[in-house]
Amino acid sequence: MPAATLPKQFESFLGWQPRPEPELLPSGVAQIDLPRGCLTEIVGPASSGRTSLMLSILAQATAREEVCAVVDAEDAFSPHAAAAAGVELSRLLWVRCGHNAEHALRAADLLIQGGGFGVVVMDLGDTPERTARRISLTSWFRLRRAVEHTPAVLISLARQSNAKTCASLVIECGRTRANWSGARGVSRLLRGAEVRARAARRRIECSPVFTARAI
Amino acid sequence: MFACLHGQGNLTALAFEFSPAVEATSADTVTFDVSGLDRLFGLPQEIAGAIARRARETGVQASVAIASNPDAAICAARGFRGTSVIPYGDEGKFLGPLPLSLLAPTPELLETLERWGIRRFQEMAALPPLGIAERLGPEGLQLRVLARGEADRKLRLVEEPLCFEDEIELEYPVELLEPLAFLLARMINGLATRLATRALATDELRLRLALEDRTTHERTLRLPVPSLDTRAFLKLMQLDLEQHPPAAPLVKLWMSVNPVKPQAAQNGLFVPLAPEPVKLELTLARIRSIVGEDRVGSPELLDTHRPDAFRIAPWGRFPACPSLRQTVQLAIRIFRPPLAARVTLASGQPDFVTAGAIRGKVLEYAGPWRTSGDWWTADPWTRDEWDIALSDGALYRIYCGPLGWFVEGSYD
Repeated sequence: MPAATLPKQFESFLGWQPRPEPELLPSGVAQIDLPRGCLTEIVGPASSGRTSLMLSILAQATAREEVCAVVDAEDAFSPHAAAAAGVELSRLLWVRCGHNAEHALRAADLLIQGGGFGVVVMDLGDTPERTARRISLTSWFRLRRAVEHTPAVLISLARQSNAKTCASLVIECGRTRANWSGARGVSRLLRGAEVRARAARRRIECSPVFTARAI
Repeated sequence: MFACLHGQGNLTALAFEFSPAVEATSADTVTFDVSGLDRLFGLPQEIAGAIARRARETGVQASVAIASNPDAAICAARGFRGTSVIPYGDEGKFLGPLPLSLLAPTPELLETLERWGIRRFQEMAALPPLGIAERLGPEGLQLRVLARGEADRKLRLVEEPLCFEDEIELEYPVELLEPLAFLLARMINGLATRLATRALATDELRLRLALEDRTTHERTLRLPVPSLDTRAFLKLMQLDLEQHPPAAPLVKLWMSVNPVKPQAAQNGLFVPLAPEPVKLELTLARIRSIVGEDRVGSPELLDTHRPDAFRIAPWGRFPACPSLRQTVQLAIRIFRPPLAARVTLASGQPDFVTAGAIRGKVLEYAGPWRTSGDWWTADPWTRDEWDIALSDGALYRIYCGPLGWFVEGSYD
């Protein structure tokens, strides 16, 4: 018996079915698509372009008439920046958790359990690393289970990866350089930033570079 | 089949509990159609028993009669005490012993009949119609038909007042929310049943609690869409009362709902899913109980140049979406409240910034940009802004205002 047929015979004997590939939500950045029904982590240090990528995802989703939610642990969301990024604010539910990561976790859980959202973002971007690490793996597992078999994309935005194996996709953002224009002290302007987003999913890696424009 | 109530009390409300076709015959008599109730209660005797039982429960003192036509039922209810059920075809025999004055003929006609010795239904019913027509005219003929129990007519229906409210007066004051939930459930279920029987739903619940200290505590729940989901109503009311508890034990509850037509809409096959409105309202109420009342909603930009000016609007309807933007915009994360900073200047420009955990030498900067506004109001603002790159590797927006230097946020 050829060795290649053995796994298939075992799978049919045990009743295993290959898991279908999840539907993907475009992020607005080439090569990066987010799987629906999964937990995705966007991680990186301050000014690494994480929030720009997150707003781009929300803009894509609201343009598709999906309803989205931002659970803002540190009250850092800027509606003006979101509107400038193309997010339809009337389709966005903003939960301000007032510097309380536990509240953010509970609110995200309730929103996912309630269903009907296209994208739910849990923004722990400014939450201290120690606090974010204190979120137990059980809580992440619970969130992953809640979002499974739903068309929602659950995004956790943080400084470092916290969900470990519960995350189906981890996007690591890093700013390669900031674009300034004009002479220093006279007409200097912050034009934008170039961001490298390294995404790793099912042993497939890509690291596209995108430019987040300020002007 | 028709039933008649004759007595004292709120007869019309009692009749509407059994039938939508109700006639207010007189101040002390109400007639209503009970056809079809046999499938619910059984025999006419059982229907009459159910009406009499409900009358006792609601404090109505009335005699009940059931007959095949409204006038026979009215005569029986007015003529006999208690419960009367007239079998079909036996109306004349059943009503026979009743005095003719029950039919309220004109005094002249009554006097004529008395002179003839006709005093009871059975005597009037036995008279020949032709002779009555010749001597008493159409009025006499109508009186004979009524006395025989053969009159057939349609009810003159009254409109049911659309008033959906209920109240409970308590024997002992209730202090805790848990026992209150049972009372709320009872009221909500009752009102929802009354709405459902009229194919209506509600989008607003009003609760008024009379407290022991002689004050009242009022709460109003508004739903985004009309619904009849009693479990959701109860949970929403519980969450609302947990956030806004009454100041004293309560002694009386009053609840009313706003009756509206239920919303019927079919989702399109290719329309993206949105949260179910009532379920979302419940989810939002739960989240509000965690994070606070005014911290959940849809962000709405204000028509002003004041930095970071927005308000949280209630979650509502969605307009058509704008066209998709293809470029990624550099976003800013706002520090709320802004971080007070110590800024060292060199040649009038920021050189070193310290603000809490943020600390570093300014490597690049752009600015200052001077903005101001609302100087014509009591709350003016003015500031000089810089975009800076610090040696800690991050990009920040800092500003200098009348109160000093602040870090407003970081570009991310």
